Amino acid sequence: MTTSSTTVATDVCMSLQDVTISYGSFEAVKNVYMDLPRGRVTAFIGPSGCGKTTVLRALNRMNDLIPGCTLKGRVIFDQHDLYDKRVDPVEVRRRIGMVFQKPNPFPKSIYENIAFGARINGYRGDMDELVERSLRKAAVWDECKDKLQESGFSLSGGQQQRLCIARAIATEPEVILMDEPCSALDPISTLKIEETMHELKRSYTIIIVTHNMQQAVRVADMTAFFNAEAVEGGSGKVGYLVEFNNTENIFNSPSQQSTLDYVSGRFG
Amino acid sequence: MTVTLPPPSSQFQERRTLLYQPGLKRNRFNRICNAIAATFALIAILPLFLVLFYVLIQGGRLISPRLFTELPPAPGLSGGGIGNAILGTILVTVIATAISVPVGVGGGVYLAEYSSRGWFAQFVRFGNDVLAGVPSIISGVFIYGLIVATRFFFDQSYSAMAGGIALAVLMLPTVIKTTDEGLKLVPQELRWGAYGVGASRFVTITRITLPAALTPIATGVVLAIARAAGETAPLIFTALFSPFWPEGVFNPIATMSVLIYNFAIMPYEAQNELAWAASFVLVILILAANLLARWISHLTKA
Repeated sequence: MTTSSTTVATDVCMSLQDVTISYGSFEAVKNVYMDLPRGRVTAFIGPSGCGKTTVLRALNRMNDLIPGCTLKGRVIFDQHDLYDKRVDPVEVRRRIGMVFQKPNPFPKSIYENIAFGARINGYRGDMDELVERSLRKAAVWDECKDKLQESGFSLSGGQQQRLCIARAIATEPEVILMDEPCSALDPISTLKIEETMHELKRSYTIIIVTHNMQQAVRVADMTAFFNAEAVEGGSGKVGYLVEFNNTENIFNSPSQQSTLDYVSGRFG
Repeated sequence: MTVTLPPPSSQFQERRTLLYQPGLKRNRFNRICNAIAATFALIAILPLFLVLFYVLIQGGRLISPRLFTELPPAPGLSGGGIGNAILGTILVTVIATAISVPVGVGGGVYLAEYSSRGWFAQFVRFGNDVLAGVPSIISGVFIYGLIVATRFFFDQSYSAMAGGIALAVLMLPTVIKTTDEGLKLVPQELRWGAYGVGASRFVTITRITLPAALTPIATGVVLAIARAAGETAPLIFTALFSPFWPEGVFNPIATMSVLIYNFAIMPYEAQNELAWAASFVLVILILAANLLARWISHLTKA
């Protein structure tokens, strides 16, 4: 096996090794090395177009759905390279769930939104109990409990997003990826989702992309700062990982000048 | 504090009242253009109302229970009904729907969900557009050559099945197109959401994407049925005609459109009247199908 030579520490959940992601011939993000710790919240920050969402989507092979997107390097999860030819992307996504930027509940009832993922993952237990447990964990049970049979669209934007988190939890993944989960929400809904994240990190590894640096400070244990710069002969800016450290270090004593400039608001 | 406004420039005309003045050149021109556009709009819908009105007058007075339960009379006799033709139209349309919906929806799903917009998908889309423009009589000749002349089904020549297949050929492009377009309208985020909880492509399509696009697809199918039910040309030499009750799927069968074609030009009063009555029933059926399609397309907005 190609990956057995790689020693992965027990507290490392996912490991990116020299990852370069391209759209067609255009390199979006280049040479990323990163060890994402288990049971922690890791935040990706950086200016627009630096490839942080691209990296996030690479972690559960969501980029497969974008025509022309290719990845070089290795993403190690559970001792396998996720981009090995023998790996089934459907199994990857069952173990690495995702919450998207825009709330995207299925056009089904609230109950079915939760039950759908569990059912296709072969869940055999008490479905009512799973729905309640998932909604409780996502802190949206109180708003939903009296209208489980109503459409998911009958909820407000913030509630819909927490429904999507509940939907992701219901399949009991090991990792939850969140792509700017609060960018479409008001501050109160944002706060609720951040509280949800604090609850969730006890049982899950969470990786979140955010444009909101206060949010990164509030929720993340680790922070990765991405930046983009024009390369010679390139057609546009190429993203790269500048610095990856404890959130406290990133915001208080970054080792790179560009990180300091970004977190102190001098650019970006 | 006083503000001095700059004097109006002399190069413009003097300031006028803000009130609407019908006599102004632009206002007169506007009214004339409105009137012309309205006239042409009226002329455009005039045929629709004339046809509906004339068919209603000519056919509506002939409606009676006998019309739906009796066979057409022999030439020279009076009375009778078009029961066999109504039944035949329904049967042929059901056959056509049963063939074209699975094939068409499947094709549309392939185009929208599976093909990665390569040359093959482009080719299928182009071919589909061409097929949509093929005159209906061509599909009749095609099925005649393929099935009727070769006695394909149990050594039978003309049959309801052949007629249904000919209509299915006509319905296919509409069903494929509306499925393709309907699926394209489904937001990409919805597919991502399904993939994100670990759904395979098949589960995503059957459980999430297709249900989300059900309304446009159902609307397209109903409109395709409405069009097919009124077609004559593909049926003349596939389903043929029969003065009797339908004997089976593999026998010639009467349909309303062919009945109109046959009876309207006969030199017998009774047959001519039945042709009008059939026209009336057909128009009402197609009107009802269109209303149904509109109703379906309003479902999601509610």
